[in-house]
Amino acid sequence: MTASSASCGCSPKIGRRDGSTPPDLAPRRASSHVGVADMLKGWGARWGFRRMDRQVEPGLYSLNDARSDSPVLVTSNYQLTFDAVRQELEGIGAWLLVLDTGGVNVWCAAGKGTFSTKELLERIESSRLTEFVNHRTLILPQLGATGVRARDVASTGWRVVWGPVLARDLPEFLRSGSKKTPAMRTIAFDLRDRMVLAPMELVHVVKWLPLFVAFAAMLAFPPGEEFAGRFLGNGMLLLGSLLLGSVVFPLLLPWLPFEAFGLKGLALGLAGNAILGILAHLWIGTPWHALVAAGLPATALVVWLAMNFTGCTTFTSQTGAALEVKVAVKPLLAATLAGIATALWRMAAG
Amino acid sequence: MVFDTTKLTYLRNGSSLSIDPDKCTGCGLCIDVCPHAVLDLVEHRAVASAPARCMECGACRMNCPSGAIAVTSGVGCVAAIVNGMMNKSSPSCGCGSKRSKAACS
Repeated sequence: MTASSASCGCSPKIGRRDGSTPPDLAPRRASSHVGVADMLKGWGARWGFRRMDRQVEPGLYSLNDARSDSPVLVTSNYQLTFDAVRQELEGIGAWLLVLDTGGVNVWCAAGKGTFSTKELLERIESSRLTEFVNHRTLILPQLGATGVRARDVASTGWRVVWGPVLARDLPEFLRSGSKKTPAMRTIAFDLRDRMVLAPMELVHVVKWLPLFVAFAAMLAFPPGEEFAGRFLGNGMLLLGSLLLGSVVFPLLLPWLPFEAFGLKGLALGLAGNAILGILAHLWIGTPWHALVAAGLPATALVVWLAMNFTGCTTFTSQTGAALEVKVAVKPLLAATLAGIATALWRMAAG
Repeated sequence: MVFDTTKLTYLRNGSSLSIDPDKCTGCGLCIDVCPHAVLDLVEHRAVASAPARCMECGACRMNCPSGAIAVTSGVGCVAAIVNGMMNKSSPSCGCGSKRSKAACS
Protein backbone atom coordinates (compact mmCIF):
# COMPACT_ATOMS: atom_id res chain seq x y z
CA MET A 1 0.00 0.00 0.00
CA THR A 2 1.66 3.21 -1.12
CA ALA A 3 0.58 6.65 -0.04
CA SER A 4 0.71 9.04 -2.97
CA SER A 5 2.15 11.85 -0.96
CA ALA A 6 3.96 13.22 -4.01
CA SER A 7 0.75 13.91 -5.88
CA CYS A 8 -1.14 15.83 -3.26
CA GLY A 9 1.89 17.73 -1.98
CA CYS A 10 1.27 16.45 1.50
CA SER A 11 2.48 18.62 4.28
CA PRO A 12 1.33 18.24 7.82
CA LYS A 13 0.07 20.45 10.53
CA ILE A 14 -3.16 22.25 9.90
CA GLY A 15 -4.10 24.03 13.08
CA ARG A 16 -7.20 23.14 15.04
CA ARG A 17 -9.77 25.79 15.79
CA ASP A 18 -8.37 26.30 19.26
CA GLY A 19 -4.91 26.97 17.83
CA SER A 20 -3.23 23.75 18.91
CA THR A 21 -1.90 21.07 16.59
CA PRO A 22 -2.21 17.45 17.64
CA PRO A 23 0.87 15.35 16.87
CA ASP A 24 0.52 12.87 13.97
CA LEU A 25 -3.19 13.47 13.60
CA ALA A 26 -3.21 16.71 11.67
CA PRO A 27 -4.93 16.70 8.27
CA ARG A 28 -2.79 16.70 5.18
CA ARG A 29 -2.95 19.50 2.65
CA ALA A 30 -4.21 18.72 -0.82
CA SER A 31 -4.52 20.85 -3.94
CA SER A 32 -6.58 20.62 -7.10
CA HIS A 33 -3.47 20.19 -9.21
CA VAL A 34 -3.15 16.83 -10.94
CA GLY A 35 0.36 16.59 -12.33
CA VAL A 36 1.94 14.43 -15.03
CA ALA A 37 2.93 11.73 -12.55
CA ASP A 38 -0.68 11.48 -11.33
CA MET A 39 -2.02 11.32 -14.89
CA LEU A 40 0.43 8.60 -15.89
CA LYS A 41 -0.52 6.56 -12.84
CA GLY A 42 -4.18 7.03 -13.67
CA TRP A 43 -3.66 6.00 -17.30
CA GLY A 44 -1.68 3.00 -16.11
CA ALA A 45 -4.55 2.05 -13.83
CA ARG A 46 -6.91 1.91 -16.85
CA TRP A 47 -4.60 -0.61 -18.53
CA GLY A 48 -4.21 -2.68 -15.41
CA PHE A 49 -0.67 -1.77 -14.43
CA ARG A 50 -0.23 -2.30 -10.69
CA ARG A 51 -3.84 -1.32 -10.23
CA MET A 52 -3.90 -2.40 -6.63
CA ASP A 53 -1.17 0.10 -5.73
CA ARG A 54 -3.33 3.07 -6.63
CA GLN A 55 -4.18 3.94 -3.05
CA VAL A 56 -4.14 7.19 -1.17
CA GLU A 57 -3.55 7.38 2.59
CA PRO A 58 -6.99 7.47 4.27
CA GLY A 59 -7.82 10.31 6.64
CA LEU A 60 -8.72 13.96 6.59
CA TYR A 61 -7.39 16.32 3.93
CA SER A 62 -7.70 20.08 3.74
CA LEU A 63 -8.31 20.91 0.07
CA ASN A 64 -7.53 24.41 -1.18
CA ASP A 65 -7.12 25.79 2.34
CA ALA A 66 -10.38 24.64 3.86
CA ARG A 67 -11.81 26.67 6.72
CA SER A 68 -13.93 25.65 9.65
CA ASP A 69 -17.13 26.40 7.71
CA SER A 70 -16.03 24.60 4.53
CA PRO A 71 -18.06 21.56 3.42
CA VAL A 72 -16.94 18.05 4.33
CA LEU A 73 -16.91 15.64 1.37
CA VAL A 74 -16.49 11.93 1.99
CA THR A 75 -14.75 9.76 -0.59
CA SER A 76 -12.76 6.57 -1.16
CA ASN A 77 -8.98 6.11 -1.14
CA TYR A 78 -8.75 4.97 -4.77
CA GLN A 79 -6.34 7.32 -6.48
CA LEU A 80 -8.51 8.00 -9.56
CA THR A 81 -11.45 8.88 -7.32
CA PHE A 82 -9.39 11.12 -5.06
CA ASP A 83 -7.81 12.88 -8.04
CA ALA A 84 -11.19 13.38 -9.74
CA VAL A 85 -12.68 14.98 -6.65
CA ARG A 86 -9.63 17.24 -6.10
CA GLN A 87 -9.57 18.39 -9.72
CA GLU A 88 -13.28 19.19 -9.92
CA LEU A 89 -13.05 21.38 -6.83
CA GLU A 90 -10.56 23.83 -8.29
CA GLY A 91 -10.70 27.03 -6.30
CA ILE A 92 -13.13 25.62 -3.73
CA GLY A 93 -12.06 25.03 -0.15
CA ALA A 94 -13.32 21.76 1.27
CA TRP A 95 -12.46 19.00 3.71
CA LEU A 96 -11.97 15.59 2.10
CA LEU A 97 -12.60 12.71 4.47
CA VAL A 98 -10.97 9.76 2.72
CA LEU A 99 -12.23 6.35 3.82
CA ASP A 100 -10.08 3.23 3.62
CA THR A 101 -11.72 1.16 0.88
CA GLY A 102 -8.53 -0.70 -0.01
CA GLY A 103 -8.03 1.42 -3.13
CA VAL A 104 -11.45 0.56 -4.58
CA ASN A 105 -13.85 3.14 -5.99
CA VAL A 106 -16.86 4.31 -3.97
CA TRP A 107 -19.57 2.27 -5.69
CA CYS A 108 -17.80 -1.09 -5.70
CA ALA A 109 -16.55 -0.48 -2.17
CA ALA A 110 -20.09 0.34 -1.01
CA GLY A 111 -21.31 -2.92 -2.55
CA LYS A 112 -18.51 -4.90 -0.92
CA GLY A 113 -19.10 -3.29 2.46
CA THR A 114 -15.84 -1.32 2.79
CA PHE A 115 -17.40 2.10 2.09
CA SER A 116 -19.61 1.58 5.09
CA THR A 117 -21.36 3.28 7.99
CA LYS A 118 -18.82 1.66 10.34
CA GLU A 119 -15.75 2.85 8.38
CA LEU A 120 -17.22 6.34 8.09
CA LEU A 121 -17.90 6.66 11.81
CA GLU A 122 -14.45 5.28 12.69
CA ARG A 123 -12.75 7.65 10.25
CA ILE A 124 -14.64 10.66 11.68
CA GLU A 125 -13.40 9.59 15.09
CA SER A 126 -9.77 8.89 14.19
CA SER A 127 -9.37 12.06 12.11
CA ARG A 128 -10.91 14.17 14.90
CA LEU A 129 -13.07 15.90 12.30
CA THR A 130 -15.09 17.71 14.99
CA GLU A 131 -12.01 19.72 15.94
CA PHE A 132 -11.64 21.22 12.47
CA VAL A 133 -15.18 22.11 11.36
CA ASN A 134 -17.88 24.20 13.02
CA HIS A 135 -20.81 22.36 11.41
CA ARG A 136 -22.08 18.77 11.43
CA THR A 137 -22.93 18.07 7.81
CA LEU A 138 -21.31 15.39 5.66
CA ILE A 139 -21.69 15.27 1.89
CA LEU A 140 -21.45 11.69 0.62
CA PRO A 141 -21.41 10.55 -2.98
CA GLN A 142 -24.85 9.15 -3.83
CA LEU A 143 -23.38 5.84 -4.94
CA GLY A 144 -22.10 5.37 -1.40
CA ALA A 145 -25.70 4.80 -0.30
CA THR A 146 -25.31 1.11 -1.07
CA GLY A 147 -22.98 0.84 1.89
CA VAL A 148 -23.92 3.69 4.22
CA ARG A 149 -27.18 3.96 6.17
CA ALA A 150 -27.70 7.71 6.56
CA ARG A 151 -30.05 7.29 9.50
CA ASP A 152 -27.40 5.45 11.55
CA VAL A 153 -24.89 8.24 10.89
CA ALA A 154 -27.49 10.84 11.90
CA SER A 155 -27.92 9.20 15.28
CA THR A 156 -24.29 10.15 16.08
CA GLY A 157 -24.99 13.80 15.38
CA TRP A 158 -23.72 14.01 11.80
CA ARG A 159 -26.26 14.85 9.07
CA VAL A 160 -25.73 13.04 5.76
CA VAL A 161 -26.50 14.86 2.54
CA TRP A 162 -26.35 12.73 -0.60
CA GLY A 163 -24.22 14.60 -3.13
CA PRO A 164 -24.21 14.09 -6.90
CA VAL A 165 -23.35 10.76 -8.51
CA LEU A 166 -20.42 12.32 -10.42
CA ALA A 167 -17.63 14.45 -8.95
CA ARG A 168 -17.87 16.88 -11.86
CA ASP A 169 -21.28 18.05 -10.62
CA LEU A 170 -19.89 18.97 -7.20
CA PRO A 171 -19.18 22.67 -7.90
CA GLU A 172 -22.72 23.25 -9.23
CA PHE A 173 -24.16 21.20 -6.37
CA LEU A 174 -22.29 23.27 -3.77
CA ARG A 175 -23.15 26.56 -5.49
CA SER A 176 -26.86 25.79 -5.62
CA GLY A 177 -27.05 25.06 -1.91
CA SER A 178 -26.90 21.27 -2.22
CA LYS A 179 -29.62 20.90 -4.84
CA LYS A 180 -29.49 18.04 -7.33
CA THR A 181 -30.88 18.01 -10.84
CA PRO A 182 -32.32 14.69 -12.16
CA ALA A 183 -29.10 14.19 -14.15
CA MET A 184 -27.05 14.46 -10.94
CA ARG A 185 -29.08 11.63 -9.35
CA THR A 186 -28.69 8.99 -12.07
CA ILE A 187 -25.79 7.00 -13.46
CA ALA A 188 -25.36 6.78 -17.21
CA PHE A 189 -23.31 4.43 -19.35
CA ASP A 190 -22.24 6.69 -22.18
CA LEU A 191 -19.83 5.89 -25.00
CA ARG A 192 -16.86 7.19 -23.05
CA ASP A 193 -17.83 5.18 -19.96
CA ARG A 194 -18.06 2.04 -22.09
CA MET A 195 -14.90 2.55 -24.12
CA VAL A 196 -12.57 3.28 -21.18
CA LEU A 197 -13.20 -0.34 -20.21
CA ALA A 198 -12.09 -1.73 -23.58
CA PRO A 199 -8.31 -1.57 -22.89
CA MET A 200 -8.65 -3.78 -19.80
CA GLU A 201 -10.92 -6.20 -21.69
CA LEU A 202 -8.29 -6.45 -24.45
CA VAL A 203 -5.51 -7.02 -21.93
CA HIS A 204 -7.54 -9.87 -20.40
CA VAL A 205 -8.09 -11.64 -23.77
CA VAL A 206 -4.66 -11.01 -25.30
CA LYS A 207 -3.10 -13.77 -23.21
CA TRP A 208 -5.33 -16.30 -25.00
CA LEU A 209 -3.90 -15.29 -28.39
CA PRO A 210 -1.44 -18.19 -28.76
CA LEU A 211 -4.26 -20.63 -28.04
CA PHE A 212 -6.44 -19.14 -30.77
CA VAL A 213 -3.59 -19.17 -33.28
CA ALA A 214 -3.00 -22.84 -32.49
CA PHE A 215 -6.72 -23.56 -32.78
CA ALA A 216 -6.87 -21.78 -36.15
CA ALA A 217 -3.98 -23.97 -37.32
CA MET A 218 -5.57 -27.20 -36.06
CA LEU A 219 -8.84 -26.39 -37.82
CA ALA A 220 -6.88 -25.76 -41.04
CA PHE A 221 -5.47 -29.31 -41.25
CA PRO A 222 -4.49 -31.25 -43.36
CA PRO A 223 -1.26 -29.48 -44.35
CA GLY A 224 -0.81 -28.85 -48.02
CA GLU A 225 -1.58 -26.32 -50.66
CA GLU A 226 -4.78 -25.05 -49.14
CA PHE A 227 -3.59 -25.00 -45.53
CA ALA A 228 -2.52 -21.36 -45.65
CA GLY A 229 -5.85 -20.21 -47.03
CA ARG A 230 -7.82 -22.06 -44.36
CA PHE A 231 -5.44 -21.00 -41.57
CA LEU A 232 -5.63 -17.32 -42.47
CA GLY A 233 -9.40 -17.47 -42.85
CA ASN A 234 -9.79 -19.18 -39.48
CA GLY A 235 -7.43 -16.63 -37.95
CA MET A 236 -9.49 -13.76 -39.33
CA LEU A 237 -12.67 -15.10 -37.79
CA LEU A 238 -11.14 -15.94 -34.42
CA LEU A 239 -9.09 -12.77 -33.97
CA GLY A 240 -11.92 -10.73 -35.45
CA SER A 241 -14.22 -12.28 -32.84
CA LEU A 242 -11.84 -11.29 -30.06
CA LEU A 243 -12.17 -7.69 -31.25
CA LEU A 244 -15.93 -8.00 -31.79
CA GLY A 245 -16.41 -9.16 -28.23
CA SER A 246 -14.07 -6.79 -26.42
CA VAL A 247 -14.24 -3.59 -28.48
CA VAL A 248 -17.21 -3.60 -30.87
CA PHE A 249 -19.67 -4.96 -28.29
CA PRO A 250 -19.17 -2.12 -25.77
CA LEU A 251 -19.25 0.38 -28.63
CA LEU A 252 -22.61 -0.77 -30.01
CA LEU A 253 -24.22 -1.93 -26.75
CA PRO A 254 -27.19 0.48 -26.62
CA TRP A 255 -28.22 -0.47 -30.17
CA LEU A 256 -27.84 -4.26 -30.01
CA PRO A 257 -31.14 -6.20 -29.97
CA PHE A 258 -32.52 -8.37 -27.13
CA GLU A 259 -32.29 -7.78 -23.37
CA ALA A 260 -29.77 -10.50 -22.49
CA PHE A 261 -26.11 -9.80 -23.17
CA GLY A 262 -25.62 -13.35 -24.43
CA LEU A 263 -28.25 -12.81 -27.11
CA LYS A 264 -26.82 -9.40 -27.99
CA GLY A 265 -23.46 -11.15 -28.38
CA LEU A 266 -25.04 -13.84 -30.54
CA ALA A 267 -26.53 -11.23 -32.88
CA LEU A 268 -23.24 -9.33 -33.10
CA GLY A 269 -21.23 -12.55 -33.41
CA LEU A 270 -23.33 -13.96 -36.25
CA ALA A 271 -23.42 -10.68 -38.18
CA GLY A 272 -19.73 -9.97 -37.57
CA ASN A 273 -18.56 -13.45 -38.50
CA ALA A 274 -20.76 -13.43 -41.60
CA ILE A 275 -19.02 -10.25 -42.78
CA LEU A 276 -15.56 -11.54 -41.81
CA GLY A 277 -16.33 -14.84 -43.54
CA ILE A 278 -17.35 -13.13 -46.79
CA LEU A 279 -14.18 -11.00 -46.68
CA ALA A 280 -12.00 -14.05 -45.96
CA HIS A 281 -13.55 -15.90 -48.87
CA LEU A 282 -13.14 -12.96 -51.26
CA TRP A 283 -9.65 -11.86 -50.21
CA ILE A 284 -7.99 -15.11 -49.21
CA GLY A 285 -10.14 -17.67 -50.98
CA THR A 286 -10.89 -19.67 -47.85
CA PRO A 287 -13.53 -22.32 -48.70
CA TRP A 288 -17.01 -21.91 -47.15
CA HIS A 289 -16.96 -25.18 -45.23
CA ALA A 290 -13.79 -24.14 -43.42
CA LEU A 291 -15.29 -20.74 -42.55
CA VAL A 292 -18.44 -22.33 -41.14
CA ALA A 293 -16.34 -24.73 -39.05
CA ALA A 294 -14.38 -21.78 -37.62
CA GLY A 295 -17.41 -19.52 -37.39
CA LEU A 296 -19.19 -21.64 -34.79
CA PRO A 297 -16.54 -21.41 -32.04
CA ALA A 298 -15.77 -17.83 -33.11
CA THR A 299 -19.40 -16.82 -32.54
CA ALA A 300 -19.41 -18.66 -29.21
CA LEU A 301 -16.37 -16.55 -28.28
CA VAL A 302 -18.26 -13.33 -29.01
CA VAL A 303 -21.20 -14.57 -26.90
CA TRP A 304 -18.88 -15.41 -24.00
CA LEU A 305 -17.10 -12.02 -24.15
CA ALA A 306 -20.46 -10.23 -24.36
CA MET A 307 -21.75 -12.07 -21.30
CA ASN A 308 -18.60 -11.17 -19.42
CA PHE A 309 -19.23 -7.52 -20.15
CA THR A 310 -22.11 -7.68 -17.67
CA GLY A 311 -19.47 -7.22 -14.98
CA CYS A 312 -18.46 -3.88 -16.44
CA THR A 313 -21.80 -2.12 -16.73
CA THR A 314 -23.69 0.23 -14.43
CA PHE A 315 -27.05 -1.41 -14.95
CA THR A 316 -26.89 -5.23 -14.94
CA SER A 317 -28.28 -7.15 -11.97
CA GLN A 318 -27.10 -10.35 -10.26
CA THR A 319 -30.50 -11.99 -10.67
CA GLY A 320 -30.39 -11.28 -14.40
CA ALA A 321 -26.78 -12.40 -14.80
CA ALA A 322 -27.60 -15.67 -13.00
CA LEU A 323 -30.50 -16.26 -15.39
CA GLU A 324 -28.18 -15.69 -18.35
CA VAL A 325 -25.65 -18.18 -17.02
CA LYS A 326 -28.37 -20.77 -16.44
CA VAL A 327 -29.63 -20.45 -20.01
CA ALA A 328 -26.34 -20.07 -21.87
CA VAL A 329 -23.93 -22.44 -20.18
CA LYS A 330 -25.03 -25.60 -22.02
CA PRO A 331 -25.18 -24.13 -25.56
CA LEU A 332 -21.80 -22.43 -25.05
CA LEU A 333 -20.18 -25.63 -23.81
CA ALA A 334 -21.70 -27.52 -26.74
CA ALA A 335 -20.37 -24.99 -29.26
CA THR A 336 -16.89 -25.08 -27.68
CA LEU A 337 -16.79 -28.87 -27.63
CA ALA A 338 -17.99 -29.00 -31.23
CA GLY A 339 -15.18 -26.65 -32.20
CA ILE A 340 -12.56 -28.70 -30.37
CA ALA A 341 -13.95 -31.94 -31.82
CA THR A 342 -13.81 -30.49 -35.35
CA ALA A 343 -10.19 -29.39 -34.83
CA LEU A 344 -9.16 -32.83 -33.52
CA TRP A 345 -10.99 -34.55 -36.38
CA ARG A 346 -9.22 -32.36 -38.96
CA MET A 347 -5.85 -33.14 -37.43
CA ALA A 348 -6.59 -36.87 -37.34
CA ALA A 349 -7.87 -36.84 -40.93
CA GLY A 350 -4.72 -34.97 -42.02
CA MET B 1 -28.63 9.97 -32.50
CA VAL B 2 -28.88 11.07 -28.87
CA PHE B 3 -29.36 8.13 -26.54
CA ASP B 4 -30.19 8.53 -22.86
CA THR B 5 -28.04 5.81 -21.32
CA THR B 6 -29.44 6.44 -17.83
CA LYS B 7 -32.46 4.53 -19.11
CA LEU B 8 -30.64 1.41 -20.35
CA THR B 9 -32.45 -1.73 -19.17
CA TYR B 10 -31.45 -5.31 -18.57
CA LEU B 11 -33.73 -8.36 -18.28
CA ARG B 12 -37.31 -7.36 -17.51
CA ASN B 13 -37.56 -10.06 -14.82
CA GLY B 14 -33.98 -9.55 -13.69
CA SER B 15 -34.70 -7.77 -10.40
CA SER B 16 -35.56 -9.25 -7.02
CA LEU B 17 -36.78 -5.86 -5.72
CA SER B 18 -39.96 -5.84 -3.65
CA ILE B 19 -41.55 -3.21 -1.41
CA ASP B 20 -43.95 -4.03 1.43
CA PRO B 21 -46.64 -1.34 1.21
CA ASP B 22 -47.71 -1.95 4.81
CA LYS B 23 -44.27 -1.09 6.16
CA CYS B 24 -43.59 1.78 3.74
CA THR B 25 -44.16 5.21 5.30
CA GLY B 26 -43.65 7.18 2.10
CA CYS B 27 -40.54 8.97 3.45
CA GLY B 28 -38.92 8.95 -0.01
CA LEU B 29 -35.38 8.15 1.22
CA CYS B 30 -35.21 5.23 -1.22
CA ILE B 31 -35.95 7.60 -4.10
CA ASP B 32 -33.15 9.94 -2.92
CA VAL B 33 -30.54 7.20 -3.18
CA CYS B 34 -31.59 5.15 -6.23
CA PRO B 35 -29.13 5.77 -9.10
CA HIS B 36 -31.51 4.60 -11.82
CA ALA B 37 -34.78 6.38 -10.93
CA VAL B 38 -36.44 2.98 -10.47
CA LEU B 39 -38.71 4.15 -7.65
CA ASP B 40 -41.55 6.65 -7.42
CA LEU B 41 -43.98 7.78 -4.74
CA VAL B 42 -47.52 6.82 -5.71
CA GLU B 43 -50.24 7.76 -3.22
CA HIS B 44 -47.68 8.14 -0.41
CA ARG B 45 -46.11 4.72 -1.00
CA ALA B 46 -42.90 3.86 -2.83
CA VAL B 47 -43.34 1.68 -5.91
CA ALA B 48 -40.86 0.30 -8.42
CA SER B 49 -42.08 1.94 -11.60
CA ALA B 50 -39.05 0.92 -13.70
CA PRO B 51 -37.93 -2.51 -12.43
CA ALA B 52 -36.01 -3.35 -15.62
CA ARG B 53 -33.55 -0.57 -14.72
CA CYS B 54 -32.94 -1.97 -11.24
CA MET B 55 -29.44 -3.33 -10.80
CA GLU B 56 -29.98 -4.58 -7.23
CA CYS B 57 -27.35 -2.27 -5.74
CA GLY B 58 -29.29 -2.33 -2.47
CA ALA B 59 -29.02 1.39 -1.65
CA CYS B 60 -32.79 1.57 -1.17
CA ARG B 61 -32.87 -1.39 1.21
CA MET B 62 -29.89 -0.03 3.13
CA ASN B 63 -31.49 3.36 3.68
CA CYS B 64 -35.13 2.41 4.23
CA PRO B 65 -35.85 3.30 7.87
CA SER B 66 -38.79 0.90 8.15
CA GLY B 67 -37.29 -2.20 6.49
CA ALA B 68 -39.97 -2.17 3.81
CA ILE B 69 -37.64 -3.01 0.95
CA ALA B 70 -36.24 -6.43 0.08
CA VAL B 71 -33.73 -7.07 -2.68
CA THR B 72 -30.96 -9.62 -3.09
CA SER B 73 -28.01 -7.42 -3.95
CA GLY B 74 -24.80 -8.59 -5.49
CA VAL B 75 -22.62 -7.97 -8.52
CA GLY B 76 -24.39 -8.22 -11.86
CA CYS B 77 -21.41 -10.00 -13.30
CA VAL B 78 -21.52 -13.31 -15.23
CA ALA B 79 -17.86 -13.97 -14.42
CA ALA B 80 -18.58 -13.65 -10.71
CA ILE B 81 -21.45 -16.12 -10.94
CA VAL B 82 -19.40 -18.64 -12.93
CA ASN B 83 -16.56 -18.14 -10.45
CA GLY B 84 -18.90 -18.83 -7.57
CA MET B 85 -20.27 -21.94 -9.27
CA MET B 86 -16.80 -23.34 -9.84
CA ASN B 87 -15.68 -22.63 -6.28
CA LYS B 88 -19.03 -23.71 -4.82
CA SER B 89 -19.32 -20.35 -3.11
CA SER B 90 -21.42 -17.23 -3.49
CA PRO B 91 -20.74 -15.15 -6.61
CA SER B 92 -17.44 -13.36 -6.40
CA CYS B 93 -15.44 -11.34 -8.90
CA GLY B 94 -12.30 -12.00 -6.94
CA CYS B 95 -12.00 -8.23 -6.52
CA GLY B 96 -8.65 -7.32 -5.12
CA SER B 97 -6.98 -10.05 -7.14
CA LYS B 98 -5.38 -9.65 -10.55
CA ARG B 99 -8.57 -10.97 -12.06
CA SER B 100 -10.76 -8.07 -11.06
CA LYS B 101 -12.46 -6.36 -13.94
CA ALA B 102 -11.76 -2.94 -15.30
CA ALA B 103 -14.90 -1.57 -13.71
CA CYS B 104 -13.84 -2.68 -10.24
CA SER B 105 -11.60 0.35 -9.82
